[in-house]
Amino acid sequence: MTPAGPSARPAARRFPAWLGWAIALGLLALLWLFGSGAFPWAFDYPKALRIPAARWITAFTKWLLNEATFGLFTFSEFTRFIAAMLDVPYRFVLSLISTGFLRGEGSQAVQILPPLSWVALIGSGALLGRYAGGWRLAALVAGCLAFVLVFGQWQSAMVTLASILVAVPLGVAGGLLLGVLAFRHPWFERAIRPVLDLMQTIPVFAYLVPILILFGFGPTAAVVATLIYAMPPMTRITELALRRVPSELTDLGHMVGCTRRQMMWRVMIPSSKDALMVGVNQVIMLSLNMVIIASMIGAGGLGFDVLAALRRLDFGAGLEAGFAIVALAVALDRLSQAFAHLRPEPAAGTGLAARHPYLISGLALILGAGIAGAAVPALQTWPEALELSTGTFWSSVVEWINVNFFDTIEAVKNAVLLNLLVPFKRFLGGLPWAGVTALLAWAGWRLGGWRLAALVAALAFLIAATDQWEKAAITVYLCGISTLFAMLIGIPLGILSAEREGVWTPVRVIIDTLQTLPSFVYLMPAVMLFRVGDFTAMIAVVAYALVPAVRYTVLGLKGVDPRLIEAGQAMGCTRGQILRRIKLRLALPEILLGLNQTVMFALSMLVITALVGTRDLGQEVYIALTKADPGRGIVAGLAVAFIAIITDRLISASARAARARLGLEAA
Amino acid sequence: MTTTLLKRSLAASAFALMAGAGWAQESSDPIKLTLHDWTGQLITTQIMGEVLKQAGYNVEYVQADYLAQFAGLESGDLHVAMEMWETTGRDAMDASTATGKTEVFGPTGMKAKEEWWYPTYMKEKCPGLPNWEALKDEACAEAFSTAETAPKGRYLGGPVTWGGFDDERVEALDLPFEVIHAGTDAALFAELESAYQRQAPIMLWIYAPHWAPAKYEGEWVEFPEYTAECYNDPAWGSNPDSAYDCGKPFGEIWKVGWAGVKDKWPGAYAAVKAFTIDNDEMGQMITEVDLNGKTVEQVTADWMAANEGRWKGWIGQ
Repeated sequence: MTPAGPSARPAARRFPAWLGWAIALGLLALLWLFGSGAFPWAFDYPKALRIPAARWITAFTKWLLNEATFGLFTFSEFTRFIAAMLDVPYRFVLSLISTGFLRGEGSQAVQILPPLSWVALIGSGALLGRYAGGWRLAALVAGCLAFVLVFGQWQSAMVTLASILVAVPLGVAGGLLLGVLAFRHPWFERAIRPVLDLMQTIPVFAYLVPILILFGFGPTAAVVATLIYAMPPMTRITELALRRVPSELTDLGHMVGCTRRQMMWRVMIPSSKDALMVGVNQVIMLSLNMVIIASMIGAGGLGFDVLAALRRLDFGAGLEAGFAIVALAVALDRLSQAFAHLRPEPAAGTGLAARHPYLISGLALILGAGIAGAAVPALQTWPEALELSTGTFWSSVVEWINVNFFDTIEAVKNAVLLNLLVPFKRFLGGLPWAGVTALLAWAGWRLGGWRLAALVAALAFLIAATDQWEKAAITVYLCGISTLFAMLIGIPLGILSAEREGVWTPVRVIIDTLQTLPSFVYLMPAVMLFRVGDFTAMIAVVAYALVPAVRYTVLGLKGVDPRLIEAGQAMGCTRGQILRRIKLRLALPEILLGLNQTVMFALSMLVITALVGTRDLGQEVYIALTKADPGRGIVAGLAVAFIAIITDRLISASARAARARLGLEAA
Repeated sequence: MTTTLLKRSLAASAFALMAGAGWAQESSDPIKLTLHDWTGQLITTQIMGEVLKQAGYNVEYVQADYLAQFAGLESGDLHVAMEMWETTGRDAMDASTATGKTEVFGPTGMKAKEEWWYPTYMKEKCPGLPNWEALKDEACAEAFSTAETAPKGRYLGGPVTWGGFDDERVEALDLPFEVIHAGTDAALFAELESAYQRQAPIMLWIYAPHWAPAKYEGEWVEFPEYTAECYNDPAWGSNPDSAYDCGKPFGEIWKVGWAGVKDKWPGAYAAVKAFTIDNDEMGQMITEVDLNGKTVEQVTADWMAANEGRWKGWIGQ
């Protein structure tokens, strides 16, 4: 912390800040209350001046898919080539763990080598766990896989695992490289930031149809869609982590004569490993989050089981398949975390077996299990008779709650809905677009200067000009309220978790569960209790958007330099003072990144909430998908992204302003 | 995987040795049938697939989204989709066939029935049902209301994407109802399940063939019967100023697929075109699976055993 003087902008000096805000808000209120007669165009964007972006985009996609060419080969041949490249590792992994190695295709394929049996896979998982993190981790990994096995989800889980095992390393590597580039070159950082926002916020459904045409129908297209969605957090976190590397370390690197490359890969990346692992965690979680959508475009696996179960209202089966996804997520995440902290041990002996005890025992296990599996079929495939199932238990639980408590729940829901949600929705829906755009521009100018003002005004104008304003207002209402609730629950939970390790362990399990358990699993029981509509949608969004609020708060608080805390203690600060005066302030960049991500997560849930009957931009994207109209979908998707970018830029700018005011150096 | 020529010919010769069936010489590449996420479609597809296997074809089932699949059918990545409902998939199907890359393989013989539906216990509160005019009665509408819609009744319509013109219907027939759209059919049936458990009022969009009419006791509202004029001509029907003053149409359920199937597997093409099955058979099979807990494979095998003459006709045996 350096005592950098507050560098207030000249604009802020002319009159007191609150007065400017009061005048701006007052003008908006006047326009809102009395302007509808004088300026009808400010409320309804004139039809004649609409930008037919949807038509242009549809035409462009048609051209791209059918005609675009690089001379030697067409654009779609190029993307098909990429798909074929991605298919090679995918097929290999799938053969290894699920289908076995086959000759031929379809129903006539002949198996020439069986897949790894459950004995071999659980055993290898446990060995990896033992190697990277000791017996506890071994037991955890084996336990997760055994859960999948005994609940009869093994086949589907292996299909899902295969696509995850291909998508995650690609996502991590790609994200890391982009992050390093963004750190090195400020122009690249500026260029990639809007792209990342678009990747994360345009609902997948919006670009699903073009992706299917370009990459073919099947698991590879699903991997591509997963990569687009899951990579951005890795890039963001890489960049942030590299910036936080203490300057002492880089100075040391310079003194010992590191080259640029050595500095990056030997000094900076290893020293920011903890933060990078949060990125890896996010890639794993988001990839698993795509499992449902991936299953809709031919990836099959657990996502398909969840969808099919919920369509029969078989909550138990849906929950079992959903928790199988969570079990995979927990196993993969904990393994990857342990590998990151692994310190190479010196070899115990000199023989081959002594130097590679795990490799040798793993190979022995696989070979042994293969032979045993050939002899005893139950060791190759878990017998159906021994599968467990919760049967109708969960459906009965929901029925019991429904029959006994529905009236109470309905009363609470109606109170919230009629007193909070509906008035807020009406209020936002009634605001004139021109007034809101002007207010946003003013906020942008106050917080970050005319560039920011121009950006937010242009984006807000584009939403209105492409006829998305009304749906955008509903989107802002739903996501705004959900984000508010998510932050209100998430930040205190994060603070508590960072302060007490005993709280963090269960909270971590809960947020991992919330992030990977397909929302569909709890959305349908929620519909039974809360009916379709905004309230149910809000529950689903809050449950999902809570995750980054907690995670980034914890990351920020734990990352505070312990020397500063010691200094605080030495000066006699109480625990509460240390938390408020030191930790929370220093963790502000991460908490704001958490807020940013909470908004992004909330927006990314729009597609799911469309499934319970909201009328927002998510629904528009969904309708466009069903009408196979890429232009309409992408325009609505872009409107979602614009809302995200406006929010993100304004939050970042106000954070910078706040830090400058507090005398904290801008990160 | 990009199949190498060598592999293909290997597989082909291996297969020719095994099966030796005349037709299957056409192409030994797998015919890809799409699977969606409702039981009826899984059964239809499974029956078709097994029949094609009996004829010696190589068959592969691919999970795909109902509407997103058209991208795959057009490019030839996917080949046959067994259920495309007139009532919900018509727009996407027309858009796709217009490209010339897909074609309709004829009707499945099943008819989609879709209409407003209520559980039988609601008849007590609204004795005039199933006649639609009973809904005009305010007391009846109020019986179907919730806090949000009161005093109007609440009608839970299908997802917006299904169309159905319910908002227009309510307007044209002057019904004191508010249309709420469920986002997906899982949500639709979750609400029905919830209301049925509590014997609470509900009026919603139900379609058949489906397990719901078999599981829950209830009836469809009887609106004036659908005709094409009703939807096109405002003068038709009880409201002279407005179209849609009638019930929903019955729709065919179509088979569609990649246009190249005809040339690549002419025999299979004929078999898919010949496939027919009716509503009652399908309703029974869906009930067996969704309510009696049999697997799709079992039910399909039972049907194949019981109807050998029929499916052998499709493949010309």
